[in-house]
Amino acid sequence: MSVTQAASDETLIARIAQGDRLAMQVLYGRHHVRVFRFGLRLVRDEQVAEDLISEVFLDVWRQAGKFEGRSAVSTWLLAITRFKALSALRRRKDVELEDEAAHAIEDMSDDPEVVVQKKDAGDALRKCLKALSPEHREIVDLVYYHEKSVEEVAEIVKIPENTVKTRLFYARKKLAELLKTAGVERGWP
Amino acid sequence: MMALSKQMQEHDPSEIELLLPWYAAGTLKPGDVKRVEEALASDPALARQYAAIQREYAETIALNETLGAPSRRAMQKLFAAIDAEPTQAATPSRGLGRRLLGFFESLSPRALAWSASFGILLVLAQAGIIAAVLMRSQPATFQTASLNISDRGLPEPLTRAIGPQTRAIGPTQLSAASVHALVRFAPDARISDITTLLNNYKATIIDGARGGLFTLQLGDRPMSQDEVSGLIARLQREKIVNLAVAAP
Repeated sequence: MSVTQAASDETLIARIAQGDRLAMQVLYGRHHVRVFRFGLRLVRDEQVAEDLISEVFLDVWRQAGKFEGRSAVSTWLLAITRFKALSALRRRKDVELEDEAAHAIEDMSDDPEVVVQKKDAGDALRKCLKALSPEHREIVDLVYYHEKSVEEVAEIVKIPENTVKTRLFYARKKLAELLKTAGVERGWP
Repeated sequence: MMALSKQMQEHDPSEIELLLPWYAAGTLKPGDVKRVEEALASDPALARQYAAIQREYAETIALNETLGAPSRRAMQKLFAAIDAEPTQAATPSRGLGRRLLGFFESLSPRALAWSASFGILLVLAQAGIIAAVLMRSQPATFQTASLNISDRGLPEPLTRAIGPQTRAIGPTQLSAASVHALVRFAPDARISDITTLLNNYKATIIDGARGGLFTLQLGDRPMSQDEVSGLIARLQREKIVNLAVAAP
């Protein structure tokens, strides 16, 4: 099968393992946006996120021969992205991150614009989603945006499946609290 | 159920509540889908929670979609890095070779010795059988002076050569029993494809790969020049073959 046909991700990885540059371009074209967005939500810096995807796909180029196909290629990509993002975050000062998170939450309650935005529950919800902790943000994104199953999230985040379920539950509770602070009542919890 | 759900919200979440986000995203196992649907049908509080989840789901997608895409710089950087990488070995047999090596390494010296002895015996037995078959099929190497086939109107005997020489029978020439071809496989040819091709052509790799060319022995019978040309042309048309030429 040529890569111009609808080659599966697994086929592309097998070709990449043989040094097929064209297969790499196809795989990159297929996944780079989602990988970038997942990385960007974690590192919150476009420049860093762009560097991140180059590193992720370079790892794919180097490690393709070791891919055993036990999980979906997209799951493997997100797991690599997460690892790279956490490494990038560790390089930044913890204080800087904490300040950033605090500002995001303060913005929710103090910014006069929020009062206007209360009328638009959608805007408020998106703003609160941004204000979640990195841990909660990633699990929300993986389940809702990247449409990963419980098992796949457990593999990417490297936590037990039950922890995946409870972590998302508490992320949603935190989201509800942030919304309540912003004056948006949703009827749950 | 409703009371139970309320109680769960105040304390620990129920298993069904925990599964709601995956139900909304359509990534739940079929068995769990049924459980969630049954619970939603009978528990209004759970249904309200599910409505909130659907809004979270939609807004998470909307938020991510606003994040845009990386610039071309990321791709350029990636492929510049790939170009700077050492060339990856594109030998399709590398994996198989490594697996075979691993297998032999896993054998104990004793098992390896027994295997080797058995292999030698097998080769000797095979050689004996081949020799016996050839001896039986070999026509007489002499001819009585009084026998003149053409005088009697009999067909000329079809002789089968063991050596590399060719013999004439009528207007066409039979090639040697071993027809050889030099073949270069496509870089992306997989070992399984090569094996299938070898089987289809009853071919054996007898030498290679010098300069990426393998010497193949084709077929198990003598062929006319036309047959050899046809076979080489067919080989040349194979998807995984870049080059195929007749070899002396």
